[in-house]
Parts: sequence; structure tokens; C-alpha cells
Amino acid sequence: MINKQVQSAAEAVADIRDGATVMISGFGEAGSPIELIHALIDQGTRDLVVINNNAGNGHVGLAALIASGQVRKVICSYPRSTNSEVFQNLYREGRIELELVPQGTLAERIRAGGAGIPAFYTPTSAGTPLAEGKEVRDFGGRPHVLEYALTADFSLVKAERADRFGNLVYNKTARNFAPIMCMAARTTIVQVRQMVAAGEIDPEVVVTPGIFVDRVVHVPNPAQESKLVAEGVRYP
Amino acid sequence: MNSKPVAIGLSREAMAWRAAQDIPDGAYVNLGIGIPEMVARFVPAGREVVYHSENGILGFGPPPEPGQEDPELINAGKKPITLQPGTSFFHHADSFAMIRGGHIDICILGAMQVAANGDLANWSTGEGGVPAVGGAMDLVAGVKQVFIITEHTTRKGEPKLLTRCTYPLTGAGVVSRVFTNYGVFDVADGRFIMREVAPGVHVETVQAATDGPLEIAPDLKVIKVIDAPVR
Repeated sequence: MINKQVQSAAEAVADIRDGATVMISGFGEAGSPIELIHALIDQGTRDLVVINNNAGNGHVGLAALIASGQVRKVICSYPRSTNSEVFQNLYREGRIELELVPQGTLAERIRAGGAGIPAFYTPTSAGTPLAEGKEVRDFGGRPHVLEYALTADFSLVKAERADRFGNLVYNKTARNFAPIMCMAARTTIVQVRQMVAAGEIDPEVVVTPGIFVDRVVHVPNPAQESKLVAEGVRYP
Repeated sequence: MNSKPVAIGLSREAMAWRAAQDIPDGAYVNLGIGIPEMVARFVPAGREVVYHSENGILGFGPPPEPGQEDPELINAGKKPITLQPGTSFFHHADSFAMIRGGHIDICILGAMQVAANGDLANWSTGEGGVPAVGGAMDLVAGVKQVFIITEHTTRKGEPKLLTRCTYPLTGAGVVSRVFTNYGVFDVADGRFIMREVAPGVHVETVQAATDGPLEIAPDLKVIKVIDAPVR
């Protein structure tokens, strides 16, 4: 019988090794798998390359993972926010690498990685500093930049609901990068608010089919990042 | 207090109001953070506009009442928004397919600099710090019409409408229209064409504050702000 549910976040992330590339879902706090990230901090693996849209807030979740010195490089589109001093300080001190990618290019590189497309041309960033050093080719008289697919060893994702096959449904704008990150990793680990019996998710509304999911952890009451940040919480 | 030059012409609200008049009924529109966000408040009654946000939502409504915020229902500025009849959600790759694929009719953004050749700089001054670009480069590369709302000059009084941008570009040759506190400008054929002027602003003032080729339209109109304050 197929059952992708694992009993704890700690068990789900136990085999993430030093040097792994890890995609982490979320746009700011919306869709951030905070319990899986905290399990990764507890687990202690180092030298990670993290792919996310941002670089964390306050001292919890992704920011705490970065603060713990476990992250060598961040690939993202927007590492600045009002509470993103953890990344900013390390970056200024030259202790963390940044690959800055336009948000749509980031999404498409991840999608391509999951879809078996090694590279693609996009008009985005043509003529800007982010295209420097990249192959540029004209299509229809317009310059396009060659961008390479992104894949990962692991994706850590938050969803709203799952069944034992790993079929997923999301909540509102917490969906964002999750469906494409599920596709682009060798091992996809999902935390969900609700586990339901197979058949309880209408096949017409499944957003991520279970084929893209390897492990599901039931986290019925996930922490809200902005609340923790407002309370000044530091993890661990 | 420092001696910031006294701003003349349209207020921030009035700039947003003026830009809103150019959004046609039925348009799919992406609004940037800051003054562009205010445009939604001034779309003329009777026009139905569908707002897109990069983080995967189409057809959202205004900010919720205090206490009704949902941390999983936000816009690209990470601010809370509301559902409306007809709202849809989608993932990031689909969201940027809407942008890059030319499905969004208009995006309205802020600017650090706009050049007479349509170049836009609005993400970096190129001077150190932590760089961040977000979705701006995708928007200007893919959306059919790129409108800019910006003060005509910087806080120090330096022109923001230039012959060439000196800051790193967001996109090359992408801007079609600029709304400033001084007026409305089309960007075409390597020059700014002033179509409308704000009430109380002299054309000479605009010329002096613009550092690029500026043509005054023969049928230059004075903006009549109907329901937004003029400062």
C-alpha cells in the first residue's frame, strides 16, 4: 500500500545531507513550511544552497536557518524586507552567497527543472546587469537571455491538505512556488494542515498530483511567521 | 527640517487618479507597490478591472477591515487583500506566464529614472547594499503597456526623466507613458511628448526639470482632477 505520510518533521528531513540544494516554498510567510525548516535546523546539516523567493524574516523559519550558519548560498529574487537583517548582515560581511534572479525567471527555471527542460530563452532582464555574462539571442527582433533550469535534492513545501498518495491542495496565495518546487526536487517533503482519506480530495481540484510528492507530515497547527517575528521569537 | 523643494502640481493621489483614467473597462492590470497601488481607488465607476498580483492571484479586492487579515491572502507587496466574486489562484510559473506571455494589459510601476528611449531603472542605484529585483524585470519585459507614476524630480530636485538612465536598467525601451506631478508624458521615438500639464504648472518649469528631449504636444491639455485633491 502506498502511504507517503511520515510521523514527524524530524523523520522527514533526517536524510538531508551537507551540501544539499533545498527549495523552500513560500512568498514571505505565506506558504513557508516553518516546522520543516525548524526540523532542518535541529538536524544541523550544513553548506546548503537554498532556493526561495526571499531570504527570511526575523529570527524564525528561513531566517533562523540562515542565522544558524547552515546556508552557503541563497538563490532568490528579493532578499530584502523590513525584518530581513539576518541575511543582509551576513551578505554585507561576505559570509553568504547570493544569486539574484528575477522572480518570473526564478519560477520558470524551477518549472523547467521539474519538467525536464534544461534551459530556455526569456526576454526578462535583457539589457540589464542581470543578463551580464549570459548568452543572448534574438527572436523576432528582440533580445532573449538564456537561463538554465533549477533542480534540487529536496523541496520543503507547505500545503493545506493531502491524502496518503501525496495529492495536494493549497490555501489561497500560500500556493505560490509550492507546486513547481514539488516537481523540481528529487525528494519532495510536504507539511500539511490536514490529512484526509484517499478519495476525499475531488480529483478535479487536486493542484499537485501525488507523483510529485515523496513525504507528507501532518502539522495541524502551523506557526504563523509574522506572529513569531512580532513576538521577537528566536529559533532555536 | 531640511529645505526640501516645495512640490508643485499633482498630489500622489491625483497622480494615481490621473493614471486610473487610462485603464479601460475589462483590463487585466498589475499595480506596483507605492503610489501605483492607489490607482485601484480611482478607477472610474462603471469600469470593471481585474487586478493581477505576481504571487498568484487574479481578481482580488481592496484591503480587509482591521482584524480580518489573512496571512495567506496577500498581494506582491505582502499586504493583506480580500477575495471577490471571480477571484482565482495559481502558482508562480502560471502567474509569470500571464506576465511574460503578454496576457496582462497594463502594469503601473514606480521609477527611479525613466529615459526618453523608454528605458526604466527602478530596482537599484548600483551602489552596494543588498540587491533585490522581485518581479519588476518580468513585468516590464512582458506586459503590453508599461505606465510609470513618479514625482517629476528626486527629493533633491534632480530630474528623473532623462536622456539615458544612469542607474542599472530594469528593462530597455519598455515604458510607454509617464504620469508625474507635472503632467502626462508619452515616451515615443526617443523623446518625451508632454500631452497634459498639471494645473498651476508652467511648461518652462517642466522643461527645466526634464533632462531629455521633450516635445510639447500642440494640443496640450490641462489636467482636470475630478475626485482627487490637488496640492
